[in-house]
Amino acid sequence: MIKQKVRVKSFKINDITVTGRSDQTLLEVAKEHDIFIPTLCYLEGLSCVGSCRLCLVEVKGARELVPACTSKIKEDMEVFTTSEKIDSHRKMILSMIFSERSHTCSVCEANGDCELQDKSVELQLDHSLVPYIDSRFAIDASHKNFVHDPNRCILCSRCVRVCNEIEGANAINIGGRGINSMIIHDMDEPWIDSQSCTSCGKCVYVCPTGALYEKEITKEDVTTKREIIRNLLKNRAENE
Amino acid sequence: MKTITIDPVTRIEGHAKITIDLNEDGTVEDARLHVTQYRGFEKFCEGKIYTDMPALTARTCGICPVSHVISSSKACDTLLCVTPPQAAINIRKIVNLAQIIQSHTLNFYHLSSPDFVYGFDAPKEDRNIFKLMQTHPQMAKDGIELRAFGQKIIEALAGKRIHPTGIIPGGVSNILEIEVKEKLLQEIPKAMQIAQNTLKYFKENLHKFQKEIESFASFPSLFMALVGEDGSLEHYDGVLRFIDSEGNILNEAIDPQNYKEFIGEAVEDDSYLKSPYYKPLGYPQGMYRVGALARLNIATKCGTPLADEELQNFKALGQGKPVQNSFYYHYARIIEIIYGLEKIEQLLRDEESLSDNIFARGKINNKRGVGCSEAPRGTLFHDYEVDHNGIIEKVNLIIATGNNNLAMNAGVKQVAKAFIDPEDITDGALNRVEAVIRCFDPCLSCSTHALGIVSSQIELRDHHKKIIKILKRN
Repeated sequence: MIKQKVRVKSFKINDITVTGRSDQTLLEVAKEHDIFIPTLCYLEGLSCVGSCRLCLVEVKGARELVPACTSKIKEDMEVFTTSEKIDSHRKMILSMIFSERSHTCSVCEANGDCELQDKSVELQLDHSLVPYIDSRFAIDASHKNFVHDPNRCILCSRCVRVCNEIEGANAINIGGRGINSMIIHDMDEPWIDSQSCTSCGKCVYVCPTGALYEKEITKEDVTTKREIIRNLLKNRAENE
Repeated sequence: MKTITIDPVTRIEGHAKITIDLNEDGTVEDARLHVTQYRGFEKFCEGKIYTDMPALTARTCGICPVSHVISSSKACDTLLCVTPPQAAINIRKIVNLAQIIQSHTLNFYHLSSPDFVYGFDAPKEDRNIFKLMQTHPQMAKDGIELRAFGQKIIEALAGKRIHPTGIIPGGVSNILEIEVKEKLLQEIPKAMQIAQNTLKYFKENLHKFQKEIESFASFPSLFMALVGEDGSLEHYDGVLRFIDSEGNILNEAIDPQNYKEFIGEAVEDDSYLKSPYYKPLGYPQGMYRVGALARLNIATKCGTPLADEELQNFKALGQGKPVQNSFYYHYARIIEIIYGLEKIEQLLRDEESLSDNIFARGKINNKRGVGCSEAPRGTLFHDYEVDHNGIIEKVNLIIATGNNNLAMNAGVKQVAKAFIDPEDITDGALNRVEAVIRCFDPCLSCSTHALGIVSSQIELRDHHKKIIKILKRN
């Protein structure tokens, strides 16, 4: 198999000329040039899947908005990270995420420490633009240390990716279809019965919301553990 | 027969209406309080994990969330089979008393004081705290300041003034910092001065309300409250005690875990508020009262000097028997404010309160747990059943106000009979019907665990139950 050569490419983001490697994504190049693009499912050190679509950007000549985290850069492309259209799309996407499940911050473990909550502040979404579905999923509290509350899950798949790519256990996957999709353990069995789960807790500490959390733990310990996992991901990414 | 409807009942927490039925000769035959809101906490808590319950049930109320957080956490302690460390118990007790101080102050100053200052027959435009700010600015300021002090304690020890997050199953999440302790201790003398002024004002003006004292839910009933092992006033722990209207002890020490053996809950067609009753006497004969009046009637002492001094005067009103006049709820609440301030000072000065051992860990060991504490308005029960993972399967809540439902109805009827003249229904008479409800300081949004839909009204109905007049307030 012939390995494609990595080349340097120049293009424009918001009318500023930038350069990047041909194997980089728009998001990576934008980050290197300190150009801000909001993200939610993206996490440094994990593969990109473009599941949340919050990083949508406009590419001149393209019919639709594209996710910056999964779009590779091209020579001479012209990218815009902010516009009225982009802002309204991002708000609508965030609204739909909120409306799909029961994100009641006031009674959530992650209240005040939640990326979804932060995103709504960042994008100035003070109310949902679509009606709430009021779905209800059973909570899995069977694991001795961790709880899985699908009612707070945004299906970003960070847990699936960290379990697969970093821990190598492949214990988590996504089951079901559409808005009824759920994180499942092994063959959709209670977490405690999973034969693959190593109980490492990485999935818990990459979860952007309160869908996965550790039982009986202080806020300080949560912060410390999250830092440990994030540093581990960064170090792995740098070493590759 | 005609029916008078008061809708909404004003200056209470929540939504209600009152119907007054007149018989053929035009006299009052019956009067009922209908709580018109429904929320369904007991149902939608099912399927949640027990650790969510304190924060979730706190949302029942914005006035007394602390009471729910405390009862809920106590129920969860039982599920876990853990006893929180002493520092955690002290902090919980302080926060609970602070809640009682702020809630009692809210009732006295913000809701009831216009009646005391301007009289029950004053124009309705004047019967509010804004008028009080104009005519008695210092009094209004004192009320706001005392309530703020209670809230400040809650914020300092439990994280937030409303819906605090610091009280959790197994204990509390924040230690008491020495700087916080010193700061709060400094502010107690001023708060105590306001409480003493309130007591003085109330006692000086009591003679103006003789007719109201006699007719505002003044009847024999049972009383229920938590008491300490030595029979002293207790708001956080202890055992349940029932006394009758003569002061005889019916049950000396009921373990709150067994409350269902003694308390039944009747459902009535015309209200979302259930009517708890004392099971051995049945429904509705088992009517009992809870709250500040019941607590002081049952307790043999407060255990703090100033409150004990005033408790003597309070008990003297009953002449050896329990005080039956619900108007004296106001008096009892002021005594509890004084007690609360004294007790908070004692607990803050307890070296144990500063310990950093504030949390006991445990797994689900019991399938059922009952948490019981004294909320400002009376005894509060949270009863949870869980599966082996701690997922809630069943919830039963008996809210302080609910315990008083039968007594509130009896009180409304008594006042309606005493003051309503069907030929000339005055605003003052209607205000008194509402004021009897206000004596109990009901929190209806709590007690129905219900969703506010409509505000309250008084309906006047004839003997065919046909509404002939609806009095609405805006």
